[in-house]
Formats: sequence, C-alpha cells, structure tokens
Amino acid sequence: MSWLIAILQTMLFATLAPLLAGWLKWCKCRLQNRKAPSLFQPYRDLIKLTNKQPVVAGHASWLFTIAPYIIFSATVLAATVVPLIAVDLPTSASADVIVMVGFFAFARFFLALAGLDIGTAFGGMGSSREMTISSLAEPAMLMAIFTLTMTASTTNLSVAISHVLNEGLVLRPSFVFALFALILVAVAETGRVPVDNPATHLELTMIHEAMILEYSGRHLALIEWASQLKLMLYGVLIANIFFPWGIAETFNLKTLGYGLLAIMGKLAVLAIFLAVSETLVAKMRLFRVQEYLGFAYLLGLLGMLSHIILETSR
Amino acid sequence: MNHAQSDWTVDFLKQLNTTGCEVEQIDIASTALWQIESNHWQQFAELALQQDLRWVAGWAEHIQDRFFINACFEKQGVYVLLRTIVNAAKLDLPSQATVYPAASRSERHTQDMFGINFIGHPDNRRWTRHKAWPKHSYPLHKDFPVQGTPEPITLPDMDYPFIKAHGAGVYEIPVGPVHAGIIEPGHFRFQAVGELILNLEERLGYVHKGIEKIAEGRTPESLARLAGRVSGDATIGHCWAACMAMEQAAGIEIPPRAALIRGILAERERVANHLGDMGAICNDVAFMFAQMQFTRLRELWLRTNAKVFNHRLLMDRIIPGGVVCDLSDSSCALIKQDIVQLRKELSDILPAVDLNSSLEDRLYTAGYLPPETAAAFGTLGYVGRASGQDKDVRRDAPYPPYDQVIFKVPVETQGDVASRFWMRYKEIKVALKLIEQFIAHLASGDILAEWQTPPTGSESLGMVEGWRGEIVTYIRFGADNKIARFYPRDPSILNWPALERLVLDNIVPDFPVCNKSLNGSYSGNDL
Repeated sequence: MSWLIAILQTMLFATLAPLLAGWLKWCKCRLQNRKAPSLFQPYRDLIKLTNKQPVVAGHASWLFTIAPYIIFSATVLAATVVPLIAVDLPTSASADVIVMVGFFAFARFFLALAGLDIGTAFGGMGSSREMTISSLAEPAMLMAIFTLTMTASTTNLSVAISHVLNEGLVLRPSFVFALFALILVAVAETGRVPVDNPATHLELTMIHEAMILEYSGRHLALIEWASQLKLMLYGVLIANIFFPWGIAETFNLKTLGYGLLAIMGKLAVLAIFLAVSETLVAKMRLFRVQEYLGFAYLLGLLGMLSHIILETSR
Repeated sequence: MNHAQSDWTVDFLKQLNTTGCEVEQIDIASTALWQIESNHWQQFAELALQQDLRWVAGWAEHIQDRFFINACFEKQGVYVLLRTIVNAAKLDLPSQATVYPAASRSERHTQDMFGINFIGHPDNRRWTRHKAWPKHSYPLHKDFPVQGTPEPITLPDMDYPFIKAHGAGVYEIPVGPVHAGIIEPGHFRFQAVGELILNLEERLGYVHKGIEKIAEGRTPESLARLAGRVSGDATIGHCWAACMAMEQAAGIEIPPRAALIRGILAERERVANHLGDMGAICNDVAFMFAQMQFTRLRELWLRTNAKVFNHRLLMDRIIPGGVVCDLSDSSCALIKQDIVQLRKELSDILPAVDLNSSLEDRLYTAGYLPPETAAAFGTLGYVGRASGQDKDVRRDAPYPPYDQVIFKVPVETQGDVASRFWMRYKEIKVALKLIEQFIAHLASGDILAEWQTPPTGSESLGMVEGWRGEIVTYIRFGADNKIARFYPRDPSILNWPALERLVLDNIVPDFPVCNKSLNGSYSGNDL
C-alpha cells in the first residue's frame, strides 16, 4: 500500500511540475501587464516537442543522446526522496537528503558533459558557468539542510518533517536563517532571475539554456520537464520543511486529498513570491553570483550557529 | 555664426596651398567640393587631422575609365567634399585610414567594390565581399551586371583571417551570423580568458543587398523608396537625406509645410526607436517589466503613426519635393494628445527604472566608451553624445525645419550603458518638444513642390540627423533624371567599430547589453 502511494506521489510530482511552471509564467505575465498563456501551455509544449523528431549534430557522441534520459531519471529519483503529500513513505525512508543532493549533482554532471560533448562554444561556456555556480550552491544548500537536520537529529527528510510537525509551531531563529538560505540556493539552482534567465534568447548570457541549446524534439522535452521538476522539487522542499502543516501522516483518501490541496496551495503562494521577485529585479552580473551564493552559505552557517547557541539544550 | 564657421575653410585652404597640396575648388549644390591630386590624398588627411576635422564618409564612383574617390570632412557644421581621380590603369591611392581609423572599413568597402588598392592601409582584408562574388570582380564597376553573377550555391565563407589570440586559457567564441533572437545577421568573434573579453572582432556584410548598384538608373521617386529601405528602422532618416540631396541637385525648395511635416516624421521615428531600445536594454538584463512597458508605449506610438500617416513605420512618407500625407487639424490634436499621454506614462515608469538598484548595478560602468576613443572613431548620435561628442546636424548645420526652432542637444561624458540609456530618454524629451513646436509653426500651404529634371552630372550631399545620428547621402544625377550614383552613409558605419572598443575588459555575458546600448544597423552598414 505505502509503496503504491510512493509511486503515485512520484507520478504526481512529474504531472504537476508543468502546471507549476505554467502558473509561474501566468503570474509573471500578469505582473508585467500582459495577457498570459493558458496554465496548461507547458503540457502542450512538452507534447509538441515529444512529437517532433530530434535533430542531433553529426559529431555528437552517444553521451549527447542518452544524457536527457539520465537527467530526467535522476531528477525523478530525487523526487522520490522528497515527501510531497505524505510522510513516512518507504522511498523517503530508504534515502536521505544527501542522496537527493547527489541525484541533482549526478544530473548536472551529465548535463554539463552533454553541453561540452557537442563542441560548440556556447555549450562549453554554459557548462563552465553551471559548474562554477553549482560548486558554490551545493555547500550552501547542504549547510542550510544540515541546520534543519540537526534539529531533528536525522538527515531523513520524512523524519525531519514529522519532527517539525510534532513540535508544533515554534519560532526557531535557525529555521529562519535556513529558510532564507534555501530560497537563495533554490533560485540559483533552478536557474531563475536574478542568477539566470530561463526566458532569454541571448546565448552569451545563458547558463542552463546554453548547455541545452543543441537539444531538440523529445530530448529537449525531457530536459525541460526535468527542469520543471527540479523547480517543483525545490518548491516542495521549502514548503514542506518549513510549513509542513497539511501533509498526510496517515494513508487514507481524505488525508491524502488534504495533503494534495495543501501542497498545491503552498506551491501556488511560493510561485507568486518568485514571480514578484523576478519582476522586481534585473539579472545580476555573472560575477555577483558568488557574492550571492556566499551570502546564502553565510545564512546557512548563521542558522547552524544559532541552532547550537540558542536551541541546543544541555 | 556663419562667418565664423566658414573661416576655417579659408585658413585651411591657405595652409594646404603652402604645403604644396593644390586644391581645385568646384561649386556644387550645398557643399564645397575640393579636388586634389591623388598623391596628396594622405597628406590632406594628416593636415585635416591637425585642424581637428572630422572624417565623415568615403566612397568612390566609376566613370568611364576613371575612378572618382570621395571623402567627406566636417568641422563646426561645415562639410567639405574631397575628391581625387585615379585612372583605371593604376588603381593605387594612399590610404587615409592610417590617419583616421574611422576611414578603415569604408576604404575596405571601396577596395572590395571597386578594386582600388589603398596603399599603407593598416588592415586590407576583404570586408563587404564574402564569397558571393569572385575575388577579382568588382560589383560597382560599370560593366558588372546588375543581377550579379550568382552561383547555384554560394560557397561557405570559411577562410576569413580573423585575428587570433594565443596563450593558456584563451578561448574563442564565435557568435552568429544567425542569432537566437529576431535581429539582423552579423558575426562576432570573441577571444576571452574565463569570462573576460580580450578582443572582439566584428564580421559584418551578411546583409549586403547591393543597394549602391541597384540604385543606378533609378528615377528620383524610385530612389526615395530604395533609400527608405537602406535600414528599415531609419526609413525617415535615409529617405529624407536622399530626398534632400536630390532636391539640392535639382535646385528645388520644398514648401515650408512639407519641411515641418518631415520634421514631425523624423522626431516621431526617433521617439519610437528610442522607446524600443530602452525596453530592449532592460530586456537584455532580464528586467522584463520595463521592457513590456516600453514596448507597449512604442506600440501605442506606432498606432498613432498608422492613424495619422497611414504607415506604422512611416515608410515612403517622404518623396522628392515634399511629403505624401498632409496633417489635418484633428491629426495634430491627436499627436499633441499622444505626447501628453506619453510624458505622463514615462513619468510613471522611469522612476521605477531609475530607483531599481539591480538594474543600476548592471547598467552603470558597463561598456564604457572613453570620449577620446569616441572622438577617434567619429562616433555619432546617442553613442557619441553619451561620450562627450557634441555633434548634432540639426543644430550644427541646420536644415528646414530645424532652423526655425530652438532646442537643446543633451551631451554627457559618462560613456557607459546607463549613459546611453538615459541619453535616449533625454532625446525623447527633446523630440517631444520639437514635435509640439513644429505643430505650432505648421504653416498652411502645399506639401509638395513640383519636380524639375536636374542637369546631367549635378551632384549633392544630403545631411540629416537620423535617430542613430548623422546620415550623409551622396547623389549624382546622370542624364534624363536618372540616378548615376547613390551612397548613403549610415551612422552605424562609424559606430560599429566603437563597439569593438567599448566591450574590452567587460565580461562575455555583458556583451549583449553593451551591443544593444549601441544598436548599430547591420543593413545600413552592409548596404
């Protein structure tokens, strides 16, 4: 039963991710005084791309063609670790948050290789920038997550969420620091403004898009889908760790239904915040990203310090 | 004012005579034409530089077995057309590019189109010729067919000798000619270390349409249409410059009302393009909100164009002798109301742009063009004026209707992307005031003067401040009211080289916004 729910939850992740992307786009359009495309446009785009024949450069190696499958699978596997509508699922019990970060790193590794594989200047440039940013983002992310896991004394997300639920609404300075650190990292990792601009056509300014410039057809669909998933994963992570209320602790239709509604509501609110911030700021200069992620790391560190100083009872 | 201005030509002619450079002065409509011997060509440029003359344009013409080589210089609003004649037997001429870097690409263009060998040219690689026509064939020779010599398949242009950079960690980024956005084609070759730009080399010419060739033998009306398509976004500027040159050659005065309407058209074009550019600069740093707002304002502005002038982009509104469409009182009211509306909207949007620190961080100090470099390359328009080049044809060599109005030309020395952004805003403000003044001055009367066939061989230069800056157009008539030579000098020809300089020491991802802040025309450059 619980395995079935775990599988269903992962499928839910995959099916809802484009909807979140559509909602985010809708919010951004409205904030820019524009008419917005339908919420379901990302689904249509994915279907359109899937039906198109991929065009692969003549000198691309096998790596280029399998990378989209690896990236998508690794992202889906990362999604199994994160509790979406219910805690205490077997998949999240078998892997912890470090595994999730590992899956992301694995996907990124292949994405960067695929960017290099095709041999264009843009791909290499994108890969180099992506690796620069990730080398700064990953420590910051781990630092933020370690702060949380120290409170719950576990690196297992499911257990940590249950712990927060059981504690009730307690204001922890360490959580506030960690929340902001994680938000900063999430923006950088999912390639949103001000770190990267997913909507740009300017090759020279791209990070994520530069690596996937040569992809088309179903390959592109998989990579797009994976990045939508990644955006949702970070959203769920932030929503469920810091505001876990509503998530199902027992498995029946009613609690699971509430869990689904709760997470959709939380994600919708988060997306509004993201859309507002993307409307308010311009993209930063590339070399400001290190300061930005350094700040995220510092927040994570402060979170951990404040946990040790203020919250650890001897 | 006029006396003081013409003084420098008198002094300069004396100086030329004492140095042994004989000048034959020929009277043509509008400008002084000085003809010199070809062996003094470079010497003239050296003396001109000492006198702070600005190099404006250079072009050639094939007449029977001789080649007329022309260069245009300017100081204090007085233009001088310099000419020398070389024989087809020996197509050698000392280069002026050694003295004026601005002349470099123009001479390379002349070299490709006429086969003239500029001796001592610092960089005599081919420029306009890619692989569309063979090496020793020259499209602007009279015996070259108008339809060209097209091959079934144009060869790929593989062996252009780009400047190379060597060393550990230096890598090359080729960008274009096909870009991801909807812009014109052009190739940019970067040498970078990490993200730092060591060198940028432009390779243009992908939009070469043979405009100079297909202009030959056209009637004035037909040429005006062609001129309006030299660069689509500057259609009024080019069309006006061409018509001005043709009218001067034919000795026609346009009616005052037509001049005022031309002024309104030109300023409307300036406002529309500046609005679009300000939005595009914001878009290049992912500040989409401002882009959408500026795009909306531009669209509303263009819709008024459609209502009042029956064309959104104002193409073919100017014809030889005047303008096509008159302005009714209700149209004037609509334009005035539009201006009030635009001012109000801009005063709402610009504080949001000005106070945004993330935008400020991207625009300030990026793409700095020092005033000395701007002066050396003869940089024009908002690019020049943001780097201390106080040049504006409307004020320096006023032509109707600008001789009737008083206006300020904004100049800054800040020279960065932000400066070029705000320069556009200042120019919009000036343009709006100008439109209001023109409407207030609008005299009743004709909008079209009758055309008279100009004498064979009559020539003239038309100078107009287009929205990108000074446009200089040379026209020479042949027999029977037909054009013999048409050369439009778009400001982009002088502004493109400045881009190669201003991106140095910037990082690669800042190039798009630097490029957009300059916004050169590819089509106007490639001809």
